[in-house]
Order: sequence, then structure tokens, then C-alpha cells
Amino acid sequence: MTPAARRWAFLIAGAGLVAFYVWGLTGLPGFGQYPGPYGFILNDVAVGQTKATAVVSAINFEYRGFDTVGEEFILFVAAAGVSTVLRHLRGERDRSTLDEALGRDALPTSDAVRMVALIFIGPTVVIAWYLALHAQTSPSGGFQGGVVLATAFILIYLSGQFLVFKRVSPVAITDAVEAVGAGGFACVGLSAVLLGLPYLTNDLSLGHTPGAIDSSGTIALISFFVGLEVAAAFVLIVGELLEQTLLIRQEDR
Amino acid sequence: MHIFPFLVVVWILAVGLYGVVTSRHLVHQIVCLIVVQSSTYVLLLAVGYVTGAVAPYFYDVPVHTPAVDPVVQALALTDVVVEGAVTALLLAFAIQAHKRFGTLDPQELADLKG
Amino acid sequence: MTGVLAVHTAYSVPVPLMDALQITVLVLVAAGATAVVLTRQPVRQVIVLSGYGLLLAILFMTFQAPDVTLSELTVGAVALPLLLLLALAKVRKKEE
Repeated sequence: MTPAARRWAFLIAGAGLVAFYVWGLTGLPGFGQYPGPYGFILNDVAVGQTKATAVVSAINFEYRGFDTVGEEFILFVAAAGVSTVLRHLRGERDRSTLDEALGRDALPTSDAVRMVALIFIGPTVVIAWYLALHAQTSPSGGFQGGVVLATAFILIYLSGQFLVFKRVSPVAITDAVEAVGAGGFACVGLSAVLLGLPYLTNDLSLGHTPGAIDSSGTIALISFFVGLEVAAAFVLIVGELLEQTLLIRQEDR
Repeated sequence: MHIFPFLVVVWILAVGLYGVVTSRHLVHQIVCLIVVQSSTYVLLLAVGYVTGAVAPYFYDVPVHTPAVDPVVQALALTDVVVEGAVTALLLAFAIQAHKRFGTLDPQELADLKG
Repeated sequence: MTGVLAVHTAYSVPVPLMDALQITVLVLVAAGATAVVLTRQPVRQVIVLSGYGLLLAILFMTFQAPDVTLSELTVGAVALPLLLLLALAKVRKKEE
């Protein structure tokens, strides 16, 4: 099919899709006129029931915790898939890439980039753990904290020290941390089953003050495990994509 | 203002789909897929919005203040992070396709057999 | 139960002002999406995607969703462009 024919076919079919979609969306209540009822009910009872002031995290890890287990395993499988596809790729190409790499210079990192990256690694780790551990208090949580923690590892690579990045996050340990994160979440749910309650019931103490760091029972614990898992998944993915650079850099040292 | 956010959602979806259909580079196609996914986030949040309400966090606001719907925010939040990992998987496949077939043009790849 | 019209907290913004802000950012997001799709060069498109992620984060903020803003900022404006650039570098090295 020629590109022009493809374009015209899309414009005609797309017009039909857009017409249907707009017709469907105009059947919704207007913007700003959310009719409820679940949103309003949850906003009223969540703080009292779970002692967590962040209702979104309470929904993610408590009211709809089972969906979050599924989403976390999507992440786990995606990281495993990237590793599988790209490690096979690296094994085959090792020899020929080495030959290509001999005549190539690696660009030295500029001092400004190096300094900025090094200065920001520490605060990034602190902010990442602050985000991961305060899921019940304010807008934060394991997912955001995990990605920021992965960014801290990437800053190590950006400061020019790719070998340090590989030493700090060896594949075996990152794999293990990811497994601990994913398995930890599942096991926190199982601990409720062992007590005879349904899976993922909040069976730890709920604390006194809503929104304090020790309140809301399993929500804070689950958020910690999710943070570990998301960080390890992203570090694994970036590590696999960076493997190509390693061979070239090693030739220059 | 009653349907304007929904019209923007439809526009983003249509533009993203146009990019996917007429793309000549696999990575360009993947980025257009990201745009299509972002239209669903805007739709989710637009459905749950309440005019004049605050965010559903009651740390410094009394508990029964009218707030927007938290359920759709919970959905969109995990959605965004999982999309990042799934895009990485798609990129791994694109790299593999480049290695096997030597080309990143989806319209040439469609002609290859086996 | 229809939406409430005005909420008096310490952080309230008048509704017409909020409407104007939301409409502006929605128009910017639509323009940003068009720009991302129409940029055909992958490396340039990645930078435009990063800017689009920032615009989306601002839009989510005006929709009173700070959690989603955080996620979109970290993933859509930092992690995704990095992954895309690494994949592009890997592909380019194979071509050379």
C-alpha cells in the first residue's frame, strides 16, 4: 500500500472513529459534574477507616490493593522481558562489537556535567526515600519514589562513571532486590491470610494520628516494597540498554 | 467548558493514531503510541473532576471538604509508571527487529516474510 | 449529586480563574501532542516528548491531581526520554 493510499485510508477511517468517540463522550456528565457516588463515599470514610490522609494511596494499597499487585507484576514482567530480549542480543554480538570499538574514542564528560550530577545524587536518594515512605501522608508513594531512586543511579552513569554504575548495581543484586520488592508485597497480603482474614487486609496497627509516619498499617509497608521493586526494575532496564557502552568504554581504560 | 476537555482527548488520540499509521521509523511509532496513551490519562482525570473542589488529601484541610474523585487518580497514577516499563519492552523489540532485519522502517518490515 | 460550586479553604481559587487556566493548558497540551507527532526525526522527537511530559504534568496539576503529576514528571519527562535515547544510541551504533 503506498504511503498516500495509507494516509487516505486512515483519514476516512479516523473520521468515523472520531465521530463515534465524540458521540460517546458527549453522553458523559459534563466536565466538573462528577455524579459520584464512590468518589464522595471514599473521601468521607477513608481517613477514618485507614488513618491515612492521602486517600489516593489508601485506594491504591488498601481498597484496591489487589489491582496494584497486578500492576506491579506487569512492571516485573516487563523488566524480565527487556532482560531476556537484550541479554540474548548482547551475547551474540560481543565479539564483533569489540572489533568495532577498538578504533573509537569515548568522549570525556565535561566537568560541569560531572559536578552537577555528583552534587545531586545524594539529595535525589533522600528525596526518593522520602517519597516512598510517606505514601499515607501527602502526594507520594512507592511508584514515584521508586522511579526517583532509579534516577539517582542514572545520575551516577551521567557523571561519566559507567563502571561505577555497574559496580553499584550489579545485575544479580538488582534482580534480588526486585524479587524482594514484588514478593514482599505479595507476602504482606499473605500475612493477612495466615491470620484468617481475606488477602491484603490491613492487619497491622493503625496508629493514633492520621497521616503520621507510623499510621495506616500495611499501606506504608506496601509502599516501601513497591518503591524497591520499581527502582530495581528501572535500574535493570537502563542497565541492559547501557551494556553496549560498557564494551566501548572498557577498551579506553 | 462542559465538553472541551473531552474534545482535546479525542484530538490527542486522533493525532497519535495518525502518527502511528504514517510513521517511517519504529522509535517514532513508539513515541506516538505514548501520545495515544497520554490521552487516556487526560480522559480519566477529566471524568473525575468536580468544579471548585480540592485535591483528595486531607493532611491540612478538614476531612469533609468536597474533593475530586480519588479513584481515577489512583488508576492514572499506576498507569503512568507501568507505561514506562512497557515502552521499554517495546524498545527492546525494536532493537531486536533492527538486528534481525537491518531496517527500522515499519512499512518495509511489513513486507518481510518469516 | 452535582458538583459543588465553591469551596472555601485557605487554598481556594475562584472558579472562572481555574476554568481559564485549565482551558489554556488544554490548548497547549493539544498543540504539544501535534508537535510530538509531526517531529519526524527520532532524536528531536524525544526532546519534544520531554516538553510534552512537562505540559501534561502541569495539566494534571490544574485537575487537582498532584500524585499523577509526580508520576508523569518522573516517568514521562525523565525516565522515558532516557530510555528512548539509549535505544536510539544502540541502534545507531549498529548502523555504523
